[in-house]
Amino acid sequence: MLAYVVRRVLYAIPILIGVNLITFALFFVVNSPDDMARMQLGVKRVTPEAIQKWKAERGYDKPLAWNAEAAGLAKVTDTIFFAKSVRMFAFDFGRADDGRDISREIRTRMVPSLAVAVPVFILGLYVSISFALLLVFFRATYLDVGGVVLCVAMMSISSLFYIIGGQWLVSKVWHLVPISGYAGGLDAVKFLVLPVLINVIAGIGSSARLYRTLFLEEVNRDYVRTAMAKGLPELTMLFRHVLRNALIPILTGVVVVIPLLFMGSLITESFFGIPGLGSYTIDAINAQDFAVVRAMVFIGSCLYILGLLLTDLSYTLVDPRVRLE
Amino acid sequence: MSLLKVRDLSVAIGPVRPVQQVSFDIDEGETFALLGESGCGKSMTALALMRLLPAGGRLTGGTVVFDGTSLRELPETGMRRVRGGRMAMIFQEPGTSLNPVMTVGAQIGESLALHHGMTGVAARERAETLLAAVGIPDPARRVDEFPFQLSGGMKQRAMIAMALAGEPELLIADEPTTALDVTIQAQVLDLLAELKAARRMATLLISHDLGVVARMADRVGIMYAGQLVETAPRADFYARPAHPYARRLFAALPDVRLRGTALATIPGSVPSLDRPLCGCRFAPRCAEAREICRREVPDWTFLAQGHAVRCHFPATGARSSGVPAPAGESVAAEAPAPLLEVEELRVHFPIRRGLFRRTVGHVRAVDGVSLRLVRGRTLALVGESGCGKTTAGKAVLRLLPATSSFLRLDGQEIGDLPESRLRPFRARMQMVFQDPFGSLNPRLRVGETIAEGLRALKGRGAEARVGELLEAVGLPGAMAQRYPHEFSGGQRQRIAIARALAVEPELLVCDEPTSALDVSVQAQILNLLRDLQKRLGLAYLFITHNIAVVDFLAQEVAVMYLGRIVERGSVDEVLRNPRHPYTQALLAAVPAIEPSEVAPVRLAGDLPSPAAPPAGCHFHPRCPRAVDTCRASYPGETAFSASHTVRCHFPG
Repeated sequence: MLAYVVRRVLYAIPILIGVNLITFALFFVVNSPDDMARMQLGVKRVTPEAIQKWKAERGYDKPLAWNAEAAGLAKVTDTIFFAKSVRMFAFDFGRADDGRDISREIRTRMVPSLAVAVPVFILGLYVSISFALLLVFFRATYLDVGGVVLCVAMMSISSLFYIIGGQWLVSKVWHLVPISGYAGGLDAVKFLVLPVLINVIAGIGSSARLYRTLFLEEVNRDYVRTAMAKGLPELTMLFRHVLRNALIPILTGVVVVIPLLFMGSLITESFFGIPGLGSYTIDAINAQDFAVVRAMVFIGSCLYILGLLLTDLSYTLVDPRVRLE
Repeated sequence: MSLLKVRDLSVAIGPVRPVQQVSFDIDEGETFALLGESGCGKSMTALALMRLLPAGGRLTGGTVVFDGTSLRELPETGMRRVRGGRMAMIFQEPGTSLNPVMTVGAQIGESLALHHGMTGVAARERAETLLAAVGIPDPARRVDEFPFQLSGGMKQRAMIAMALAGEPELLIADEPTTALDVTIQAQVLDLLAELKAARRMATLLISHDLGVVARMADRVGIMYAGQLVETAPRADFYARPAHPYARRLFAALPDVRLRGTALATIPGSVPSLDRPLCGCRFAPRCAEAREICRREVPDWTFLAQGHAVRCHFPATGARSSGVPAPAGESVAAEAPAPLLEVEELRVHFPIRRGLFRRTVGHVRAVDGVSLRLVRGRTLALVGESGCGKTTAGKAVLRLLPATSSFLRLDGQEIGDLPESRLRPFRARMQMVFQDPFGSLNPRLRVGETIAEGLRALKGRGAEARVGELLEAVGLPGAMAQRYPHEFSGGQRQRIAIARALAVEPELLVCDEPTSALDVSVQAQILNLLRDLQKRLGLAYLFITHNIAVVDFLAQEVAVMYLGRIVERGSVDEVLRNPRHPYTQALLAAVPAIEPSEVAPVRLAGDLPSPAAPPAGCHFHPRCPRAVDTCRASYPGETAFSASHTVRCHFPG
């Protein structure tokens, strides 16, 4: 077990290095520092001196990967690659173009992102699983068919519609909560209710439909027949036998996104004006702030790798066949 | 007084009517067997009794009276008390019929809580007692284990323990041993017989196996196409089956006495049950059918005490138990050059553990097997699941890399040829697989499947040959345009054989080609294989666990146990005069149709893991004759004749 975990962590190292190299290539080779400077400064007033000044201010005036002029170890360390990319391994992201410390920014913006994403995740899972179990309880009836139709309809509607429609109805017509914005402390609740609610509803369609399929697959298994032959009531059969077995694919499917909850949601956060990491990324893209975007791309990859690792571990937790073999 | 009275039971699933007007009684302490081939409605009858029909299924008529209570009128809450309490059921596949994420104890505990209100320590102790009662060693440990930690036989025992938890008066056993090996099957059947005697529990046994029914049942009912066509006391039925379908089933059984003759087959197939049928359902396939059979549904005819048949012209007189064995097909008179020679075949799979996946041991799936096979002959490789016979078959064809071997086809060494130079030899040896449903690509027309090998290895005139090949295996050539799902199991196996024959092989490795098929279909495939051998001079390496098939088809036998051949010789030598205790037990475990008085040798325990085979003779932990010598060293070969050799310290 421990050997397995250690091996999985070791596997992650080459993947992270690969991610780092590819990110570097995307941001500095495909798109050279000169291009960045030109885009930042605007095309009109650009002079070679201005570009040089812009690069020097941000440390982009060094050679990419090999500094032939430096001495000794600095041949490697005094380069863009080392200063910008290798440092990311220590989660040292440097400063954004506006001069703020990216790492600090990430730490403060993480909280609002999580405040939206975690309730959406837990509530969404709970609602979808309950709804799917309900459909399975009424399997092969019109209620089941109607439920599936509803799911397909709900997943066919764009999530933008849910957001705009929800904001219009709940905030504009009913005046229940503010349309957008954020406040610290307990005041945050009234800003969070609407985005959480809308995200949960928008997610029900596709996940409940998937979970229903998984439950149905389990319901038709032999061991369920055995359980019924013991004289178990149907609900006990569903909760004790079917749910526990179907949770294996469900949990392992959702565990992968848990670390990514930190990243927040690009769309939700920008529509509701929540100062989280999602809106931070969107703003950075709009402002052509590559230092921020690079940091977010790298963090996203790390969290995804972490998610995959957690997925494999979660198998060993929920499935005795994997745990004990 | 009858414990269970079933009258005119009918079931519908959508337009299909899998059970129609089935009536039977079961007395206290009696075993009634429902016998029939797949799709005859026997399992559906059992599920209907428990009111556990699959979604969309419903009872459309008839009554079920259990100990004076009509089960059809019982509300669901009342039915739940009967289900698992007074009437319990065990199923065919112990591997999938237990919940994989619940411990055995918890699953037994559910029944105890439901029907006896037992929980906690009391339930745990009772579960242990039940596990001990069904012969599971070390129940205190097993009660906390998960199903996957138990062997197949133990899982089935655990399921029986679950069924016993409610102290049922009626046990419904749906093919309880079909998924098990013969030696394990014998153990489980013994257990069921003991329990029946000890608890005076009535049993409804559902089986397709004439041997199992002969061993277990007091009375027998034969089902065909959703109807019961004959009921009789066991002895009466086995001596004088009256329905032509029953007689045909007996005649389709492979047997040594039928060597050299063709097995009787039943032409056509079971009618589909989604439309009304007129006349006798068996009439289209019955050789004795007359005008009236096609017009009128036969009523029950009573022949003797308790023996009734639904046929216009029931057969009378004893069942012919085959002609005496022919003088034998002059076995091994000459010694022609062998087509296939295998020496010291080993296939070891590494077991990797730890941080760096170091190899810490090997699963010795095949551990030093030598075979010789002559053109036009059949060598049967016999053994239970996990003994390595399939691995050996694949390694012979080099479909699996062997760890070490000398492999000669027609005198040429092919064991170490690189894949590119092996290609010409691929055409000379082919394989037919066990599962005809999984071994054909569902997206390819059968013609394309057959032509594929031709194009790859012969590269010419593929399409023209396809029709020819299909006809050679008894299918119309025009069927090449169809997809596999349009065929029945037997037809698919014919297609698989046609595919293998396409490249004109000399050697055919048949891996359990009939074990997924019904008896009457098995007979057709065996006949076909024998005809092809006569016509084309093929050599068969026939991998099987079915002794009767070996007896019917093969000339030589090799018995495998845990990766090694423990006994080999001609069919007569090995099957008539077995010397190795394992062979003896294996033969004794096959349930025979003809009753015998000799108390059979029974093997205790399960096949050990090939990763850690027992020291000395691998068989000693299960061997009734084992002494210290057996624990110390693996026995060498003892020869009883030029062909008959045994690896045992004390061959008897």
